[in-house]
Amino acid sequence: MELFRNVNVDWMGKAKYFVTLSLLLLAIGWISIYRTVVLKHGTLYGIDFRGGTLVYVRFAGPPPIDKLRKGLEQAGLKNSTIQGISDSENLGSKNDVVIGLEQSGSDESLDAGKQKILDVLRATFGGNLAGRPDFNSVAPSDLADNLTRRDPLTLGTKAGDSYNQLAKRLTAARDSDHGGIVTNFDQLNNVAGVTPAVINTLSSDYALSSFAIRDAEIVGPRVGSQLRHQAVWATLYALGGMLVYIAFRFEWVYGAAAVIAVFHDVLITLGFFSLFHYEISLTVIAALLTLVGYSMNDTIVIFDRVRENLRLMKRESFPDIVNRSINQTLSRTILTSGLTFLTVLVLYVTGGEVLRAFSFAMVIGVVVGTYSSFGIAAPIVVVWNKYHGGRQQGVTVRAGSAAEKRVVAAARR
Amino acid sequence: MNAQLKWKFVFIWIVLLFCIFGVIGLPNFPTSLAQLRNNVADRIHLGLDLKGGSHLVLQVELEEAIGQHCDETVDELTKQLHAKNIGFGEIRRVDDTHILVRNIEPTSTSGFRDLINSQFADWTISPAAGENNGYELTMKPSVIADIRQTTMNQTLETITRRINALGLTEPTIAFTGRSDDEILVQLPGVGDPTAAKEVIRAGGQLQLVRVADGPFGSEAEALAKYGGVLPPGTIILPGRSESAGPSQTTGPVYYVLDKAPIVTGQDLRNADAGPSPDSPGGYEVDFKLSTAAAGRFGSFTEQQAAIGGRMAVVLDRQVYEAATIKSRIEDSGRITGGFSEQSAQDLALVLRAGALPASIKYLEERTVGPSLGADSIREGVRASIASMLVVMIFLVIYYRLSGVNAVVALVLNLVILVAFMAYAGAVLTLPGIAGVILTIGMGVDSNVLVFERIREELRGGKVAAPAVDTGFDRAFLTIIDTHVTTVVSAIFLFLFGTGPVRGFAVTLVIGLIANVFTSIYVSRAIFDYHLSKMDRQAQLSI
Repeated sequence: MELFRNVNVDWMGKAKYFVTLSLLLLAIGWISIYRTVVLKHGTLYGIDFRGGTLVYVRFAGPPPIDKLRKGLEQAGLKNSTIQGISDSENLGSKNDVVIGLEQSGSDESLDAGKQKILDVLRATFGGNLAGRPDFNSVAPSDLADNLTRRDPLTLGTKAGDSYNQLAKRLTAARDSDHGGIVTNFDQLNNVAGVTPAVINTLSSDYALSSFAIRDAEIVGPRVGSQLRHQAVWATLYALGGMLVYIAFRFEWVYGAAAVIAVFHDVLITLGFFSLFHYEISLTVIAALLTLVGYSMNDTIVIFDRVRENLRLMKRESFPDIVNRSINQTLSRTILTSGLTFLTVLVLYVTGGEVLRAFSFAMVIGVVVGTYSSFGIAAPIVVVWNKYHGGRQQGVTVRAGSAAEKRVVAAARR
Repeated sequence: MNAQLKWKFVFIWIVLLFCIFGVIGLPNFPTSLAQLRNNVADRIHLGLDLKGGSHLVLQVELEEAIGQHCDETVDELTKQLHAKNIGFGEIRRVDDTHILVRNIEPTSTSGFRDLINSQFADWTISPAAGENNGYELTMKPSVIADIRQTTMNQTLETITRRINALGLTEPTIAFTGRSDDEILVQLPGVGDPTAAKEVIRAGGQLQLVRVADGPFGSEAEALAKYGGVLPPGTIILPGRSESAGPSQTTGPVYYVLDKAPIVTGQDLRNADAGPSPDSPGGYEVDFKLSTAAAGRFGSFTEQQAAIGGRMAVVLDRQVYEAATIKSRIEDSGRITGGFSEQSAQDLALVLRAGALPASIKYLEERTVGPSLGADSIREGVRASIASMLVVMIFLVIYYRLSGVNAVVALVLNLVILVAFMAYAGAVLTLPGIAGVILTIGMGVDSNVLVFERIREELRGGKVAAPAVDTGFDRAFLTIIDTHVTTVVSAIFLFLFGTGPVRGFAVTLVIGLIANVFTSIYVSRAIFDYHLSKMDRQAQLSI
């Protein structure tokens, strides 16, 4: 099977459309960023980079958001935000809620906000814990200790590691099969090694709250700015490293063009992030780095072909050689990018909430990254070549030849 | 199949077996499916974001340790100047690293300089601006660096001892590398870090000191008694209200204490929690002193008992108990103060593990619940498998038999990646999965590059064998260039990035190296094998 054969497109002739398109995309994205940051005094940064508190809670049923909001307000957390998560196809996550709290300027301890949120949750949704620990938040080791002490299987001194294993299986069943929340101890009946005696012990020693903390993050102001600083510098150093390597393998203008192209990709992707209201987290930084890798990869494949063709085609103009190179590698470009796009699309659709922002960055990035290789990087090299010597008119030494006139005409077109 | 090709395959098989063994064969060769599963779980180290647990970043207040050295120097210098009869107006700490000595007797200037140069080598001396015969001592930068380093090392060791004593599994305690005063603590499986945080943060500085005076109702009251200036060598510290004794009314109390302790936490041999005989239901911490300290403590208590002296138990600059010494005490003591069983046990643990050289402050706290981690793994793995399948099916349809070749190369690439991570003990995190995705993408790309090149050569009229030859040769340079560029950037990310970014870089580098091997060496070997079996003029299935 073959999709592309003998493509003959004058890519460089369309360069000005590409540049216009890029400027348009950049403008749309960055107007959106301007709106968020300057006009609405918001931020693109997630909690990793701006600091603050975030508690990710799962409820056993549909989240009672009004009750929760009231509880938080009564506890003095007026600037808290509550966000429901409902767009995941993942089982049970319709009941998930993220409670956010901005950095408090005061000097109270780092986790004061989290403690208050937990207190509100326990008071409002803790159910009748009556002094018993909550099974939905017990750690395997504590559960194992309790089981060993109570010995529901009457193993006595022969217990050995059995209760440790049982505790691990029980918590694994809770976390993997029931999404972190057990609403009734009978749900654990089919866990290997569980007998009615075990269930009895559990229900007499533990209570079941109707919520579970899935994730809690507290980032202090210093860490936020530090992470921001470091992510930016690591990326810039990485770009610098690539620029030097490409300059060493090709010419410096190729390195510069490749780096400008990936920079362009990152800027456009950030614009889309703002447009679709995603926040930039550490995981998103990993996605941006991945797309830098892809885009760079694409660009180098084309440049490699240009370098090879420069040796093979002595008579053709530089823009023609670039066009030929892009056309020759087009099949590969479409295939690889298409497959990658498919991969990240699968990830975006099925990857769940945690990977959502990450895969969104990848979906945008793969498209923009592929496009920038021929739409931005290649034209930069061509334009630079036009004004700074290099080979422009093929082998122009044979002045006045028909070939030269044809090439010059082509170059002017 | 020629000899060279045979050896290639032998080598490939060895690598493959080594990798598979690395993932499933350790620590014990699997004899059952359950054990195999255990082995895999044991060999693939999941990061906290996938496994669940607590991640803490704390800052050590290094200035405190430096300031303490400054204070000690002020005390010591005062003592020395008195001893050497060098007259001076005032010795004052200017800030953490500067001391001002005013109005040195003009006749003693050279003696003063000699003293500083010979016995206070940590300091440089210079005439203080605007002072007559005043000198400023500045802590040497090398000494500051030294204190910072020692304090950080001691803090790390102390925290490690404490966490190990808590019995938590597989903790990570390390410098963050982000800033030179930060320590990272990762506690896998700990869903609620509150208790661990308290134990880590507890100062644990125990002192037994002579009580000079008190209790007082306020600091001002204590000062007033001495006309605003404390006797030399003493200090006012707050006490817990219980420390005033049962007869006193509760409320804030203050004591005037000797600055120099008789015994400190370093003199402890052991500390244990136990029920308190005095208050039913309450707990106390009993401690035993080392032999050397016991001798010192014995003679002190004997001497004080004779004159009805008092002694205070001071923990983290707070008086827990102040009592009259009734008789000689040899080597044991206790700390009371309304402890619960848990808090008494925690304090005993902290005392056994040693004091922190400076106080600490939490900067970052992340807790990933185990259910979220489980979801992330499940969804990540499911998405990866789904997308791998889509890619593989496409490759086989598009490139037919050669596509199968690419699929083999891709699978091998993943196996090598996972095995290397297992052997190197590298940690798989969510951003690490991103690295895996980029690796797969570049793996597909390498194969596509080669195949498209071979197709071009075939279109150009070459027969199978030379077309494959040129295809690989031509694509080789491109593959090397793309891979080296990405590895270069990954190395920078590793050097300058933080945790998650590093996780990405590590998987990426390993994956790319594996990729060069599979898409060039292995894929080529399979092609060669195939070519050696088929007719020279036959069509290549590509």
